[in-house]
Amino acid sequence: MVLKMTHFVIFITLTVSVSCRQSPEKLVGITGNQIPITDSLHGMDSILTYVASYGKHIDEVLDEQLAYAPVKITKEDGSYNSSEGNLMADIVMERANPVFESRTGKKIDFVLINFGGLRSSISKGPVSARTAYEVMPFENHIMVVELSGKSVGKLIDFLVASHTAHPISGLHIVLDKNDRLRSVDIQGKPFDKNRHYFVATSNYLLGGGDHMDFFKEAIQVTDIDYLIRKAMIDYFTKNDTITAAVDDRFIKVK
Amino acid sequence: MDRRKFITNTAATSALIGLGGLSLSSCLGKSKKHLTILHTNDVHSHIDPFPKDHAQYPNLGGIARRASLVEQIRKENPNTLLFDAGDIFQGTPYFNFYGGELEFKLMSMLRYDAATIGNHDFDNGLDGLYAQLPNAKFDFISANYDFTNTLMDGHVKPYRVFTVDGIKIGVFGLGVALEGLVMKKLYRETKYLNPIEVAQTMSHTLKIEEKCDLVVCLSHIGYSYGDDQRPSDLKLAAQTEYIDLIIGGHTHTFLDKPTIAVNRKGQNMLINQVGCYGINLGRIDFYFDVQNSSSAEGVSIVV
Repeated sequence: MVLKMTHFVIFITLTVSVSCRQSPEKLVGITGNQIPITDSLHGMDSILTYVASYGKHIDEVLDEQLAYAPVKITKEDGSYNSSEGNLMADIVMERANPVFESRTGKKIDFVLINFGGLRSSISKGPVSARTAYEVMPFENHIMVVELSGKSVGKLIDFLVASHTAHPISGLHIVLDKNDRLRSVDIQGKPFDKNRHYFVATSNYLLGGGDHMDFFKEAIQVTDIDYLIRKAMIDYFTKNDTITAAVDDRFIKVK
Repeated sequence: MDRRKFITNTAATSALIGLGGLSLSSCLGKSKKHLTILHTNDVHSHIDPFPKDHAQYPNLGGIARRASLVEQIRKENPNTLLFDAGDIFQGTPYFNFYGGELEFKLMSMLRYDAATIGNHDFDNGLDGLYAQLPNAKFDFISANYDFTNTLMDGHVKPYRVFTVDGIKIGVFGLGVALEGLVMKKLYRETKYLNPIEVAQTMSHTLKIEEKCDLVVCLSHIGYSYGDDQRPSDLKLAAQTEYIDLIIGGHTHTFLDKPTIAVNRKGQNMLINQVGCYGINLGRIDFYFDVQNSSSAEGVSIVV
């Protein structure tokens, strides 16, 4: 009797597994939705508490006052150069040159970054690391590019044609009243198309950003592993007062 | 008769019959099966909701709210999977300060099942990604990044098969071309393979060899690029078969509703992408029945 029962059980189990194989689940319907994450959902308390412990430290670091800006610094206050553009390009020159010099024994001749990369003005008042994140949210870092005089000529032609106050430092460009190039000085000396120049820029522009194609003609590139934002924070840490003004580095004579 | 032996035998027999009876009834398809797949893409370290005065996304997003929503859906249907289609990293100071630690820890708290690797997930280099792996209690899957000669070797699977309520779900990952998008020194010896060719092999492996009921692709190749020759989710759908769902990313595409696409065999399938920054959660529900039930042929898709 016991033996028979065992057989019966095996028989049923077999039948079940065989019938299952003959009729597997089949997909019959699909529905698709998108659910917006709004304030109608109450944030999970355990997650909020966990995040807050990280956020508190970030806020402390970001909002600690590093310097003071007596007047607003903006990229919108000049046609060919701006207070914020000048500040940024000068910061890159001041912070990057010692690093480049210590690595290569050479000096940066001038700086060119892009107008579009400055994402916020600097308000009058306290300046903090958060200021640097607002102006430069991207992870752009400083690259030093060796360009031939011919390529630098293209760079200058690009600036003359752009009608945009791209941030520059170390360059002095004068246009005549018809927007034609009148003179170019680099580090106080007339531009010499027969020599090479070391130009500090961002990895974004070197990679083809803003169609600054002359950077594709780079003879040599040195990555100095220095974020532009980090250079700003270092500058703000070193200087109590942050000032900048429109000047004559790129002008048009009347 | 030995009384003790009799009781043991009887108990064993009834247990077996009980088991047989149970599988028999489920086999007859009295109860349909229901699988829910939830997904995000391009969250870019957006952990907090956007500020109330934000120009584009006021008061939207936030991972704590997403956690509540996911928990609510899991209560409704425990047979739920949660995926991310890449670019977890980069976008807020949380990433700059902690290198992705918090992102991975929170995704683990939300019980993500898998994620694929986006271009920005290389932003701190292979070392930076590798260093954060211990914080991720979910799998990284990518079938077209070959990490063989890098320190990520062995830490990324081409695909994973999940079994949920007896349903086999095969999930593979795809990443975007790195050259020109990510600096070489960040991805180093990572090799990018043609995503569409890889997907053709993967979908066959999952459907035919692994006998999966569903095939899902976590794609960070981008939804569409107009007339461009670049691979995209729309091209991927048209040039493959067996894939039921592509969960997309990279192009930050907001769709009014999931796209119903046609594969190379003329069968319908779904592509979904939910924009970016964690301001939406994608939800796809799959309903199963037994083959010989009275339900009509084909799959009804309602979006």
